[in-house]
Amino acid sequence: MISQLIGAVLLGGYYAVLATGLAFMFSVMNIINLAHGALIVLSAYGLYVLGGMMGLPIAIPIMIIVMFVVGLALHALILARASKGGELLPLLATFGLSIILDNLMFQVFGADSLSLAPLVGDLSWASFELPGFIFVGKLSVYTLIAAVAVIAGLEWLLRRTTLGHRIQATSQDRATARLLGIDTARTAAIATGLALATGVIAATALGLRTAWGPYAGSAQLLFAFEAVVIGGMGSLWRVLWGAMILALAQSLAAMIHPQGFLIGGHLAFLLAVFWRLRGGAFSLNRLLGREVRT
Amino acid sequence: MSAPNPVLRSDGISMSFGSFNVLSDISVSVGTGEIVGVLGPNGAGKTTFMNLLTGALAPTAGRVELLGRDVTRLDTAGRCHLGLGRTHQVPRPFLGMTVFENVLVAVTQGRDVPAADPIATAWDVLDQTGLAEVANRRGETLGLLDRKRLELSRALATDPKVLLLDEIGGGLTDVEGDALVALILKIHDRGVTIIWIEHIMRLLMQTCTRLICMAEGRVLADGEPKDVVESEAVQVAYFGAAA
Repeated sequence: MISQLIGAVLLGGYYAVLATGLAFMFSVMNIINLAHGALIVLSAYGLYVLGGMMGLPIAIPIMIIVMFVVGLALHALILARASKGGELLPLLATFGLSIILDNLMFQVFGADSLSLAPLVGDLSWASFELPGFIFVGKLSVYTLIAAVAVIAGLEWLLRRTTLGHRIQATSQDRATARLLGIDTARTAAIATGLALATGVIAATALGLRTAWGPYAGSAQLLFAFEAVVIGGMGSLWRVLWGAMILALAQSLAAMIHPQGFLIGGHLAFLLAVFWRLRGGAFSLNRLLGREVRT
Repeated sequence: MSAPNPVLRSDGISMSFGSFNVLSDISVSVGTGEIVGVLGPNGAGKTTFMNLLTGALAPTAGRVELLGRDVTRLDTAGRCHLGLGRTHQVPRPFLGMTVFENVLVAVTQGRDVPAADPIATAWDVLDQTGLAEVANRRGETLGLLDRKRLELSRALATDPKVLLLDEIGGGLTDVEGDALVALILKIHDRGVTIIWIEHIMRLLMQTCTRLICMAEGRVLADGEPKDVVESEAVQVAYFGAAA
């Protein structure tokens, strides 16, 4: 039981790292990026190719820079235009992008499952032993640490730096931000780049813990989305709690029934949605990160 | 009325939404150091006029000049860098950010020539507007007068040459209104030209050196405040009085 709970908390770390980029993009740009999962898988392929040539420790920073630039391009070419057409258009555009990416990756890399595990020696299966004969996977622990570090880093950026203030201002009220001289298009592009760069950390965790194929993106998107909705918007730390609750619900359901894993997560997601729709302190407005102006 | 040394000039600007003409051929020139009040009934086109001046909207015809430069095609952020500031009728502080951060982001982003010490500059602005004591509170926790002061502080933080005030006096008590007038006069004393849209005639008469009255998308009268208020066209349009 204790070992399952620890496992669930660590799994929550993985979901948190998956969900952070999605939550960041939604809170900052009001865009639900349905290509989030596919972009993570794309990063994983990038890590696989570069990692094979120069090792993972060098491939990760390079991919972070690459995906940041991809984010700038994504904003300039698709998101900036799509978001002028209302809230539905970016949803459709990123959905279309995910289909294109999925099939492009199938075309290039084939249907074979790949893994980053061979690049890191025994890390993907090594474990720490805790008293009471409990074994905890090292990779899961590092993933949780990475999730906390990524969230702490983004929160620090948002609250303490000029760029963060620019991003906050742009996300809340573009017209006023422009009035104060903020280049909102550039700020939104940088925010997109940051969201995609965090996806590289998620891709590293994905590639090390499992083998993935070209269509793995939609499952990653689903878990990320559920974690974000359960946690709610406002602070990225909520994503971490949402991810923990999702993982706990899945693990508990799996203990009740071997096939209950996914259903448990979906149930937690639906409960969170109904709870928020009901109103009060966790109303839909709060879910969308919108505070009521007086 | 044309000013000898215009900082802000609209040259025959018109604006229509579809077939509806909101503004028709507005030519106004505002000179350095003026405090110009803009008066007019609801729907006169005052706020649209202001949106054209800041670049939030592009006019269907005519041009806007800021400090002798044609800025008709320049975006809002660009006009801010040239020295145009604006406050909103309903204050729009950035939520989740402190008063200080609201002002600091304007100092770091809104200036053409960067401030040597942005933090000291932000404190300086807050001292002037009387918000230093609440600098660490979040914008959304402020009362209405302080929110309006925050709107002013943010606009000031961009070091404007011209400041557009959009009904900043609305919703305030008389005492609060007087406090705001004192602050606006202080800002004006520092060499900032002010254009002030307002419904509350008392506030305009207390401060303005010139008054423009608009109705139905046109300028009805433009000149000395006393003359404008007493003019027949204004009496009819604004007070509904048959002279």
